[in-house]
Amino acid sequence: MVLGQPHLGTVEVAGVRRKVDMGLLEDNMPVAGDWVLIHVGFAMTKISEEDAAEQMHLLHLLGETEQAVEEVRGYGLEAGNDVTHAQDASIQ
Amino acid sequence: MNGSSAVQSTVSFRDAQIEMAHGAGGKASRRLVEGLFAPLLYADRNAPLGDSGSVQIGDATVLITTDSFVVRPLTFPGGSIGDLAVNGTVNDLAVSGARAQAMVATFVLEEGLPTSILEQEVRAMARALDVAGVPLVGGDTKVVERGKADGMYVTTTGIGEPMPFVHLDPRSVRAGDKVLLSGPIGDHGITILLARNELDLEADLCSDTRCVLPLIETMVESAGPGIRWMRDPTRGGVATTLNELARDCGLAIALNEEEIPIRMEVRGACELLGLDPLHIANEGQFLAVVAPEYATAALNALHGVEGGEAAVLIGEVRTEPACAVVVTARYGGSRIVDMLVGDSLPRIC
Amino acid sequence: MQYVDEFRDPELIRKASDEIHRLADAGRHYRIMEVCGGHTHAIYRFGLKDLLPENIDLIHGPGCPVCVLPMGRIDDGLAVAKGEGMIFAAFGDMMRVPGTSGSPLEHKAKGTDVRIVYSPADALQLARKNPEKHVMFFAIGFETTAPSTALTLMRAKSEGIGNFSVFCNHVTIVPAIRAILDSPDMRLDGFIGPGHVSTVIGCRPYEWIARNERKPVVTSGFEPLDLLQSIVMLLRQLHAGEARVENQYKRVVAWEGNTAALKVMAQVFQLRPYFEWRGLGFISQSALKIREEFAEWDAEQRFPIPGTRVTDPKAAQCGEVLKGVLKPSQCKLFGKECTPEHPIGALMVSTEGSCAAYYSYEHRKSTAMVASIASVA
Repeated sequence: MVLGQPHLGTVEVAGVRRKVDMGLLEDNMPVAGDWVLIHVGFAMTKISEEDAAEQMHLLHLLGETEQAVEEVRGYGLEAGNDVTHAQDASIQ
Repeated sequence: MNGSSAVQSTVSFRDAQIEMAHGAGGKASRRLVEGLFAPLLYADRNAPLGDSGSVQIGDATVLITTDSFVVRPLTFPGGSIGDLAVNGTVNDLAVSGARAQAMVATFVLEEGLPTSILEQEVRAMARALDVAGVPLVGGDTKVVERGKADGMYVTTTGIGEPMPFVHLDPRSVRAGDKVLLSGPIGDHGITILLARNELDLEADLCSDTRCVLPLIETMVESAGPGIRWMRDPTRGGVATTLNELARDCGLAIALNEEEIPIRMEVRGACELLGLDPLHIANEGQFLAVVAPEYATAALNALHGVEGGEAAVLIGEVRTEPACAVVVTARYGGSRIVDMLVGDSLPRIC
Repeated sequence: MQYVDEFRDPELIRKASDEIHRLADAGRHYRIMEVCGGHTHAIYRFGLKDLLPENIDLIHGPGCPVCVLPMGRIDDGLAVAKGEGMIFAAFGDMMRVPGTSGSPLEHKAKGTDVRIVYSPADALQLARKNPEKHVMFFAIGFETTAPSTALTLMRAKSEGIGNFSVFCNHVTIVPAIRAILDSPDMRLDGFIGPGHVSTVIGCRPYEWIARNERKPVVTSGFEPLDLLQSIVMLLRQLHAGEARVENQYKRVVAWEGNTAALKVMAQVFQLRPYFEWRGLGFISQSALKIREEFAEWDAEQRFPIPGTRVTDPKAAQCGEVLKGVLKPSQCKLFGKECTPEHPIGALMVSTEGSCAAYYSYEHRKSTAMVASIASVA
């Protein structure tokens, strides 16, 4: 926090430090180490590390469901040959 | 005035008044030069407008260039107006393929400028001249009323001797030529912006102002015949300089985004302010277009010299899209980068 | 840079692009609108159109606050700024927007004290530093920026800073989207929902689009992976015949928005009964006005405002481009009389305007695309 101006905090991005107004986050004040979204010199929200990680995970999965399905098809296991797989296919 | 009465002096510059943008080094500046100065003043209408002019004196060819320095604040991390004034002109000559031989300087001083500051700048100039090995052989001083000069304005004019075996002409650029950049971009412009303290932004950055003559001499030694064009990307940045080249040679300059060296702090500041590093001024870098068979030699030569370690090939020349600069990201998406239009950062250099 | 670089990972971008190609039904032509100017800018800056199949069309919406500001408001602001001892402060985006007698920068060249600021807080600071002058902050922006202006006004009031006022042009995004959907020429399949506006208002305000108009909305971030993932999510919904609001930008947008920001806005602003939007006409309940309690800091209360109304030049088709009916290149003036250097309309001046983005990043690329396809064959 900046002395004398309690609503200001210092943020850093890629080694660049900037004083930013935290007034819009009064309900949920960020602490050192938190990441925030800044817009016109004001912190708008805290960035949720958890949600970011979940999103990256989803992005990594993109196309994998399709890949998994193709792999299964590649084994030549069509409906009738293997009852278990046919059931799984219908659940999908 | 110049004896060729047959020359049409058609002024095509239509703006009613001069604005900051006309000095920013981008499109507006170009319009002013091409539309007003060139038709009325330039003798050789067909030669592309370069940083320097070539003059024949008897048997000798001499290159001459001039530049004025308008900076606020006068001193900043990494240097001051004195450094810029000397390095700027020596570099202009160097990228025109000439070794600076002598310089003259004019000072426009603001009433009330503390002598201590003036002395500091003159000392800085003396140091820079010493490093560059260039003598100052003349000068002039004027003083204007308080409020009319931001402290001081400096103009330097230098003459240089062309380096042998170097023939620079944008019209000699060919598809397949490589684009070489001497080092990280954006340092100077962002440093100045932060030094103004208007923005509550802090970073460990300093201006990259330096004399690039030794680097260019080294490069010329190994790759001279293959160097088609050189320029220092000052106001308007790499984007403006390369757009000028693209227009002058009628070809496309294709850059690989991930090859362009940008310091982390410059990236951060640009992200925070919505600026493009390609449009930010540099004072200690140069761009060169080199024939492909000489490109590796040019690069290796630079890597072997102090100050040249960061030199890198950032792209190549292509036929399409003509007269444009395209930047391609690692994942394949591409965008056209135009010249600077307005003046996002006034009084940078 | 954290939270930036990961969302530009080339491998993941390729994966996302592949998934989009896989999902896009070859027999169908998708028209997806991105409302927010920041998204328009990002799409061009990252060359994202290169990564999409031919049958997905990204239509640019009216979420560019500079673009929808009527010229008359700029004239009014500059008229006040010409007064003795006035400082006109605004964001960089506003500086080159033409009014009838020139842009703020052109007025600066003629002697008006015009300053670029990066924050309304900067403008208030100018007032503190220049007690003998009056600083008028020309405020523009959607709900992303309005809370910051509101907080600044609150600080001005609590500190008793008398030489500061705001000329308020804040507008709200939902009425703009409604105007688009009400437009008879518009056929859209879905929306890439505003990113930063949503950090303030949350996702609830878009539910009527899904429920009443049966169009999916995915609020998106601004990195390449954010936009691509949002398009994947839209395509999946369209395939399943669904129409829901989804939040792709979870790491930053909470479904309920930012309560503190909404509270501050409500304390300082109220809705104007109607407001003129450039290209869209008068829209009711679509803009913010400063409340009576802050009248002393409301430029419209402190200074005589001419109330200029300007009709756009007939040939300029800003309205249709704004609504996404026309592509920038289809406007008769595009690239000829209207360029970033000599802009006729605001869409060419603002960095978020679709015409400027298209002109700067795209329109000369078409030759390149054709040439490279030809050489592969």
